[in-house]
Amino acid sequence: MARKFKPKVVTSNHLMEGDAIYLAEDGGWTREFAEARLFAEPADAEKALAEADRQRDIHVGAYLADAEFGPDGRPRPTHFREEFRTRGPSNYFHGKQAEA
Amino acid sequence: MYRYSEFDESFVRTRVKEFRGQVERRISGALTEEEFKPLRLKNGLYLQLHAYMLRVAIPYGTLDGRQMRQLAMIAESWDKGYGHFTTRQNIQYNWPRLAEVPDILDALADVSMHAIQTSGNCIRNVTADHFSGASADEIEDPRPTAELLRQWSTDHPEFQYLPRKFKIAVTGSPNDRAVTRAHDIGLRMVPGEAGEVGYEVLVGGGLGRTPMIGKVVREFLPKEDLLPYIEAILRVYNLFGRRDNKYKARIKILVHETGLDELKARIEAEFKARKALFPGVDPELQAKIESSFAPPKFDRQPASAYYKRLVTDAAFRTWSQTNVAPHKVGEYGIVTVSLKPVGGTPGDATADQMRAVAGLAEKFGHDEIRVSHEQNLILPHVRKADIPAVYDGLLAASLATANIGLVSDIIACPGMDYCALATARSIPIAQEIAKRFDELALEKEIGPLKIKISGCINACGHHHVGHIGILGLDRAGVENYQVTLGGDATENAAIGTRAGPGFSAEALMPALERLIDSYLDVRESPDETFIEAFRRLGPAPFTAAMYSDRARRAA
Repeated sequence: MARKFKPKVVTSNHLMEGDAIYLAEDGGWTREFAEARLFAEPADAEKALAEADRQRDIHVGAYLADAEFGPDGRPRPTHFREEFRTRGPSNYFHGKQAEA
Repeated sequence: MYRYSEFDESFVRTRVKEFRGQVERRISGALTEEEFKPLRLKNGLYLQLHAYMLRVAIPYGTLDGRQMRQLAMIAESWDKGYGHFTTRQNIQYNWPRLAEVPDILDALADVSMHAIQTSGNCIRNVTADHFSGASADEIEDPRPTAELLRQWSTDHPEFQYLPRKFKIAVTGSPNDRAVTRAHDIGLRMVPGEAGEVGYEVLVGGGLGRTPMIGKVVREFLPKEDLLPYIEAILRVYNLFGRRDNKYKARIKILVHETGLDELKARIEAEFKARKALFPGVDPELQAKIESSFAPPKFDRQPASAYYKRLVTDAAFRTWSQTNVAPHKVGEYGIVTVSLKPVGGTPGDATADQMRAVAGLAEKFGHDEIRVSHEQNLILPHVRKADIPAVYDGLLAASLATANIGLVSDIIACPGMDYCALATARSIPIAQEIAKRFDELALEKEIGPLKIKISGCINACGHHHVGHIGILGLDRAGVENYQVTLGGDATENAAIGTRAGPGFSAEALMPALERLIDSYLDVRESPDETFIEAFRRLGPAPFTAAMYSDRARRAA
């Protein structure tokens, strides 16, 4: 039996700074996971990834990451790796956590 | 110390200029990432979890005050005010911006440094004993050999597209501080029958997903045969190394699959052919390299100030016992500057700390600094008379942690706090271990103990050769830590054995505490170190303690 599809966001790293970015509702890119567009259907997610792949001069290495809606109704990561990418390292207050 | 020749200088400048053009073309969209990636990797530029990372080579871990100051300047100008020293005697910057990387490379070139061949399937930064040229047990300084290999391997046209990366380490001491047995090629300087110095050549060591201890392919290689012989090894590897599977592409797999005798025969045959074509090392060049590593002029200043401070200052005495090693000249000591403050990030130094070390090296240390694979800094030549002043300087810079070789002197890779390949974090584990044993005030009691932590199977944190090795994994979306016991990175190199099932991040520290407690219980005397007790007793009493909280599990 096929595993149940988990909702996805399209994420990548920004070409210039290298930090984590996400494909947003409006088709542009956001640095906030919570502003990402959540894809509930595999075909939609794949299509969005393929489109993102065509914007190669903006970002590097797009992929689909598991996500869910949080209690506030906004997308949030489900895996710790993606969670770390929304914050930055745990040894210093650097990265996204310091920019918010 | 070795200074760039005009050739080195123009080579590095040309590469920076070339890379500047490549970066511009990537930003303009003229180059795709697929085209750009191999180019940036050849210049040491990685993309990590939160940002780019620039890996800068510190050949054989040697640098001077001016270079260290420049590393500090780079950390402040283009990064977040710090740098991370790695297990390969490199420094990594975790936050460079793509457009500024060529400027960083230009600043490095200003002090004869670069990031070339710090990535990719080529011969990487050649590493060496961090006590080179200073330690009392040394047969000969291994750095002229390492420098010769650096010059030979840089942009060597035949070895730019090897099956996989290739790492060479050199030691000139019987006490192996360079982990030569865990490198693709390990060179150990050994005396020959007539007292002349040559090399014992080890091949096929390596950690990663298939850890192996290097095997001797030549018991004694005369110095003059070094380059043709190393070329022979590389050529055999280049021809026969596996390219079908990335995970089987290192030379250790070739050694394993071919068999040592067959491989030796191939290398020797290749060597014979190469040697016939090889005009020999240019004696002028060789002499020039060797002279650039000539020891500083040591004087014989009385060390009474040092001995007096030992008696009057207990903290200094403690630090001295762990952080000062015997120098070949009795009136000198080798000072290890710990980059492992309790609760800090192993291997990190701020720009201010880098400048403090540079200043101390310039004033008291013949302007020499070393980076160790254990992620500490070394002042290799300090008059004992000056060690109290060096200690005071280190204290002022928060660099006087007295823990070299002890439980908190932990090797840890950047792990999932930075690294895109990591499967779990390493740094918080190292911080927790150091803090916990500090709270328990047990560090001195425990004595020499090497803990090494990797955040993934690639083993940058050398966990396989830690007395206690910790490997961070992702188990069903949760960080999980596997412990290995009994590894050894020295001349008695051994791969640790897995203790049993992994631990959650929360369960790991209590298990380590039980493990250490069991060692303190079973050791014959305070002089029997953890690794000695482990060798005497085997893993059983230790694993029993670690898992004593669990129901008995099937083997």
